[in-house]
Amino acid sequence: MESLTLKLALHDRPLAQQILERIDVDVRNCYQCGRCTAGCPVAYAMDAGPHQIMRGLQLEQHDWVFRQNTYWICASCITCTTRCPCEVDIARVMDGLRELALEQGIRPAAPTVKVFHQVFLDLIRLTGRMYEAGLIGLYNLRSGQLFASLDLGLPMVTHGKIDPIPRRYPGQDEVARIFQRVAQEGEK
Amino acid sequence: MTRYAYYPGCSLEGTGKEYDVSSRIACEDMAIEMQELEGWSCCGASSAHNTNYDLALALPARNLRLAVEQGYDAIIAPCAMCYARFRHTAHDLRDEELRTHINSFLDRPLEGEVQIHSLVDLFSEEEKLALLKEKVTRDLSGLKLVAYYGCLLVRPPEILEPDDAEYPTMLDQIIEAAGATLVDWPLKTECCGGSLAVSRTDIVLELSRRLLADAVGRGANALVTACPMCHSNLDTRQSQINRRYGTDFHLPILYFTQLVGLAMGRGVKELLLDRHLTSTLKLLADIGVE
Repeated sequence: MESLTLKLALHDRPLAQQILERIDVDVRNCYQCGRCTAGCPVAYAMDAGPHQIMRGLQLEQHDWVFRQNTYWICASCITCTTRCPCEVDIARVMDGLRELALEQGIRPAAPTVKVFHQVFLDLIRLTGRMYEAGLIGLYNLRSGQLFASLDLGLPMVTHGKIDPIPRRYPGQDEVARIFQRVAQEGEK
Repeated sequence: MTRYAYYPGCSLEGTGKEYDVSSRIACEDMAIEMQELEGWSCCGASSAHNTNYDLALALPARNLRLAVEQGYDAIIAPCAMCYARFRHTAHDLRDEELRTHINSFLDRPLEGEVQIHSLVDLFSEEEKLALLKEKVTRDLSGLKLVAYYGCLLVRPPEILEPDDAEYPTMLDQIIEAAGATLVDWPLKTECCGGSLAVSRTDIVLELSRRLLADAVGRGANALVTACPMCHSNLDTRQSQINRRYGTDFHLPILYFTQLVGLAMGRGVKELLLDRHLTSTLKLLADIGVE
């Protein structure tokens, strides 16, 4: 049932229903108290607060919802979910929106966040574990911000906090296969 | 006796090395026997659960399976991120249908369960607190500490089961048992920006600035954390925060395991207290710890 849902384009079905089926969260339960936005540490930098995204979903404002940077810069602190009086898992909705946006190739309003996640996962796929120096290096290349975080690079190395040499780990082969199988599932 | 597997996680092999070393020392002193999980891999962290739910469960599930296969009863993940991902996975996979689905991604299926501990939960058990009090050999009352939980030890409470989601006291109790002076802190569960550190540094600097300003304003002379991301954001980026906001913060950020080690007489170098970017040495010298 779920794989069928994924094949349909975003506009074919009500978005709230899609979110419900995909992640089992019913945004229609939200009664707009705004507590999520009041407690959201990142709200100041968001195009729209979490409660506005919930409203956008209820009103089927697909284009508007996906245009906002909200679900990309959500820090996943889960304060919203914890405090929601209607037990809407708002943080999970943000995860679901990111997944949908990635699958549908929707251009992110906060592109660097997407690049970061992709580089992070690529590195795990290749080595089995996160390799921090590689993460910064690859991120800088792929985000076009060549000098980002470089002022921290030298002190990190001199304090022995970053290992300049990457390694491969014993579980790497299975991890690569997990990525492959999950990707195949996504294509179904 | 419970057989504990130790899962350091990727951060503790790199920027969070101090947490790895001090966790091993503190556990040794607190009579928690554990062995490093063989063949462990990354839990997927924020990037997996932010973009792919299947991956977010499959990557931790592989490690939980290793713990079961290697005959452990429980897994200790000092990193709050790894801990949270393991708890989420174990929680979600109680659904049989989902478990079968996630198992289809693994080489061998995860069958059975292991307990999952953060180390903060173990150290804040009544008997461990009593043991710590007994073993304190050094006067740390000159340390005025705020306990910083951040997000991943407490939220969502249905899954992580902290003593309280909005006002937890697990770390507070450890600080007091170690003989340091506890400074009450309403921001103890506010977010530092976590994994946005690289991709939206501006947000992390702002959220971390708020935390530092409030902690300093309340008279704390150091902050105690149990999360390598929080540590990294608050410690390594303090100089960037000072440059950006024209502030003059110099607030040492300690792992709680370093505090516990110090209290039990362990050395500054041994606990890697000299490795933080925001130096802890002056503060420690001021209170007579060399």
